[in-house]
Amino acid sequence: MRRICSRPSIFCFGDFIMAKKKKTSTEQVIHSTEPQGINLDHSKKKQILENIVHGIFLLLGLIAVGCVLLITVYLFISGVPAIHKIGIVDFLFGREWASTAADPKYGILPFILTSIYGTAGAVILGVPIGFMTSVYLSKIASPRVKSVMQSAVSLLAGIPSVVYGLVGMLVLVPGIRKVFNVPDGAGLLAAIIVLAIMILPSIIKMSVTALDAVPKEYEDASLALGATPIETYFRVSVPAAKSGIAAAVVLGVGRAIGEAMAVMMVAGNVPNMPDSLFQSVRFLTTAVASEMAYSSGLQRQALFSVALVLFMFIMLINATLNFFLKRDGNK
Amino acid sequence: MKKNVFMMMVVVLSFTMLAGCSKNKSSRSVSTDGSTSMEKVIGILGEVFQNDTGISFTYNPTGSGSGIKAVQEGRCDIGLSSRKLKKDEIESGLKGTILAYDGIVIIVNPANSVSDLSLENVAKIYTGKITNWSEVGGNNGEIILIGREAGSGTRDGFESITGTKDACKYRQELTSTGDVITTVSQNPNAIGYASLAAVKDSVKALTVDGVAATKETIKNGSYVVQRPFILVTKTDTPLSEAAQNFFAYITSPDANALISKAGVVPAN
Repeated sequence: MRRICSRPSIFCFGDFIMAKKKKTSTEQVIHSTEPQGINLDHSKKKQILENIVHGIFLLLGLIAVGCVLLITVYLFISGVPAIHKIGIVDFLFGREWASTAADPKYGILPFILTSIYGTAGAVILGVPIGFMTSVYLSKIASPRVKSVMQSAVSLLAGIPSVVYGLVGMLVLVPGIRKVFNVPDGAGLLAAIIVLAIMILPSIIKMSVTALDAVPKEYEDASLALGATPIETYFRVSVPAAKSGIAAAVVLGVGRAIGEAMAVMMVAGNVPNMPDSLFQSVRFLTTAVASEMAYSSGLQRQALFSVALVLFMFIMLINATLNFFLKRDGNK
Repeated sequence: MKKNVFMMMVVVLSFTMLAGCSKNKSSRSVSTDGSTSMEKVIGILGEVFQNDTGISFTYNPTGSGSGIKAVQEGRCDIGLSSRKLKKDEIESGLKGTILAYDGIVIIVNPANSVSDLSLENVAKIYTGKITNWSEVGGNNGEIILIGREAGSGTRDGFESITGTKDACKYRQELTSTGDVITTVSQNPNAIGYASLAAVKDSVKALTVDGVAATKETIKNGSYVVQRPFILVTKTDTPLSEAAQNFFAYITSPDANALISKAGVVPAN
């Protein structure tokens, strides 16, 4: 019983449990000789153990925080020098990217605009589909249909992005070429379609959760007042869940702007300004991913700067997401 | 979440790159420096050599010019160059030994009726001076230029051989040979390039100036879209024992299988 637990590890749990099990028998023996002392000792030991476990959990929690901090600091350290060297205006608003040319140019405006257009396009295409699907799943679908469709949506979320890219490359790109009668199908439109499909699961899942959380009394009241079910869903349920749905959209935006692999396989990857839907374009993510392997010197530093810009976008999106979630939580 | 994973990748990648920069010249190690295009072939050879002999091997991907300079200044044992040595470089006491030939095949869709292009026309197509297949004897259709990403060895080789450096008007820049082949096989008007070893039946290899790309035509120089991979050494200072071993190993016929595995044609 008086063993001191010196190792701040999982072994202490074992000792703790053993001690607990033996408690009844040993306590009786010790009770006769030193009743108060042992109780004090016991609770003290418990306290130490408690503290140790707290410490371990804190340490594990700090690993995640540490990673985020490390990446942020690293990105800033490696991204800022190139921006300084190139000049922030030339870098952010330069219209030409030719990193390996004899006279290199590092303008990332085409990447920024492409990422914004591509994400916006994916949202315009994906949000109505995702939103309607989630209303259907949450309110209208029978339980059986709901369970089948929800597992299909989960499966969609689990498909690796390289598979989306491959299917896009083999089916979507030639399809766009034939349907729109353009010389080549790879470009902004192909990327938008792939991204729209990829963001569907996040939008649907989160919206369904939000819609499911709407108190049934709201809907019952609306129905009792003579509204049809569809009127009820769109006038009562959806407005009540609007924070959650907005958060779902923002989550979709975050997923779309951060996607690299699938986009790289269907967008064409030429650093053009995105002035047509069929233009071959390069996103912020693909700019980093496609050139990183062979880059050196200022080119590599500039790629870190591109990553930094992307990081800023993601931070902005996360802040927006938090805003919506907090507002929802306060209500 | 996804973003963090990606950033982690970037961080890890950059560390692995840093790991390549050692310059020690002890007798138990071989250091090479130079052409990024030779990364694959020298990487495979170095790895096997290191495993077999226990002699450590380093490769610093800096580019042909820097590699040649590094040998001259004695900063590495063997320089790697993916272009022939210039006259003044040979006169300054350097010797080039051809390790392998990098043959680049021009590929089109099997449905394309064109089967031969002159080197000059290949360059004109890639710089946008010829934009329709009918101008080179094919069917009417806009030529779709498929290439590799900036920094790729194959792209560098193709552009330097055809003299189209920084002037190519690509429609798509893809990040792997497999992607190039897939894309060309999907689009009847596409043209692309790939290393000889990677070409498959799903695409049609063009003859250039009437010569088909095979191991023999690349080796004897009659197929022109090719370049040598050269090991650069000094004539006046002998190699260290370890470097000598490595040099002898990679230029021996035993290394041919590994060199072929890297997608290039062995010279010996």
